Amino acid sequence: MTLLGYRLPGMSSLIIWGLLWETVGQSGLTFFIPPLSEVVATLFSVIGTDAFQKALAETAYAFFVGVLSAICIGIPTGILMGKNRLLDELLLPWVNVFLSAPLTALVPVLMVLFGFGMRAIIITTTLFAIWIIILNARAGVKQINRSLVDMARSFGASPIDAFFKVYLWAALPEILGGIRIGIIRAVKGVIIGQLLISIVGFGALFELYAANFLMGHFWAVLIVLFALAFTISEILAYLERRVSYYAAKR
Amino acid sequence: MPQTSAETGTGATEDTAFEIAVSTRNISKNFGDVEALNDLSLEFPLGQLTSLLGPSGCGKTTLLKIIAGLLEPTSGEVEVNGQKVTGPGPDRAFVFQDFALLPWASVIRNVAFGLELRGVARSEREAVAESYIKQVGLAGFENAYPHELSGGMRQRVGLARALAVDAEVLLMDEPFSAVDEQTRRKFQEDLLGLVQNQNKTFIFVTHSIEEAVYVSDQVAILLPRPSRVSEIIRPSSFRGKGVDNIRRDPEYLDIVDEIWTSLRRYVE
Repeated sequence: MTLLGYRLPGMSSLIIWGLLWETVGQSGLTFFIPPLSEVVATLFSVIGTDAFQKALAETAYAFFVGVLSAICIGIPTGILMGKNRLLDELLLPWVNVFLSAPLTALVPVLMVLFGFGMRAIIITTTLFAIWIIILNARAGVKQINRSLVDMARSFGASPIDAFFKVYLWAALPEILGGIRIGIIRAVKGVIIGQLLISIVGFGALFELYAANFLMGHFWAVLIVLFALAFTISEILAYLERRVSYYAAKR
Repeated sequence: MPQTSAETGTGATEDTAFEIAVSTRNISKNFGDVEALNDLSLEFPLGQLTSLLGPSGCGKTTLLKIIAGLLEPTSGEVEVNGQKVTGPGPDRAFVFQDFALLPWASVIRNVAFGLELRGVARSEREAVAESYIKQVGLAGFENAYPHELSGGMRQRVGLARALAVDAEVLLMDEPFSAVDEQTRRKFQEDLLGLVQNQNKTFIFVTHSIEEAVYVSDQVAILLPRPSRVSEIIRPSSFRGKGVDNIRRDPEYLDIVDEIWTSLRRYVE
């Protein structure tokens, strides 16, 4: 965007929202919104504490294990669904149901099935992320050029070779898009898991701060969480752009 | 005058002089209720280029894919060098109408891809690929990506890939239809040289009458509804006169005219 002939760097609009937040905070309108400057100051004091580091480690662990399982299960499932009509007919309705279902409502069931520990949180995270990953991998495989499939076959590709050397790459732009959206959903999943299943990690911090009306702390942790999710999503968007040169020409 | 043999050309006496590389026998292919091919028999002489020419919907690409082993015939069989075809095999290589290159792979990897799938070691297959890249006139573009190349150059990559696996039979599915006219003419000239030097059997699908007559040792004319081989034409006199003179040769013009006469009523 340009303003009065100057090119503004990306996300300059955040400055306006930051100023608005500061103003509302300073006016003392509500205890719920402390000034941004106070939140940022709190943020730096909180980051060093053991409680925060522990929460970060617990959350990161559940998040990465959950996302990794979603990716490792989701991509092959999606590719198989795209390649196999029977499997597709069998699974697609369920994938669609779970994609749009309010998964939070399922969390109590998961607690019964998998207990109150880390395992249930990881599974919740996976469940939030996996469906869109499956759907995108499936869509990616479905749009593969027919003649690329014929090419692999006519030059004698084994099913394994065709999968790893052709299908996976040809579907990569869609797959990466699926992972990016899946990861954003996984952030939701891990926090909901931590709030509902067992009070650990960032979920525990949110509980603690909200219950004690420590709004500065509350917002600080939230900002950290947003920043982390945003960074990961941007890294994936970057990877997506790396493959976009051939996305349009398959 | 061109030698022609009316109706399915298997019995024609002049064909027996050639060694047959590929033969299709009584091929039928149905897609659901649609009959794409009906009892089609055709022989392809070794070391020559045979065109499959016909209006759209006559099943020429279907026949080519059956020979490639990509489609299974509903009945009938294909033999390549006396071996019954049951699927794709290393004795045949395919050149695709839309090139079918791997867009994420460099030219050299694309050309070497057939060899890569056969498990040839990297240095060895890249050496082979390099020589074919040179042969099709793409030297210097080894590390370029398909999206950086023009349509004609992409098809040269597709051609080099098919040549690199050194198959006895080259199957070409309207290979020049997606490139511009000038490039196509150059391709056609190069193809004549290729047929002469490579001692491979070429099966060439096209919908261009001029192209078929220009490049072919034998033109098989396919007609639709029901699909059949209506005629096999073997241009005899102008092949040796050099690439520049073919288009002016009276026999060339006669054959083009004759084919158009027999095809025009199938064109709406």
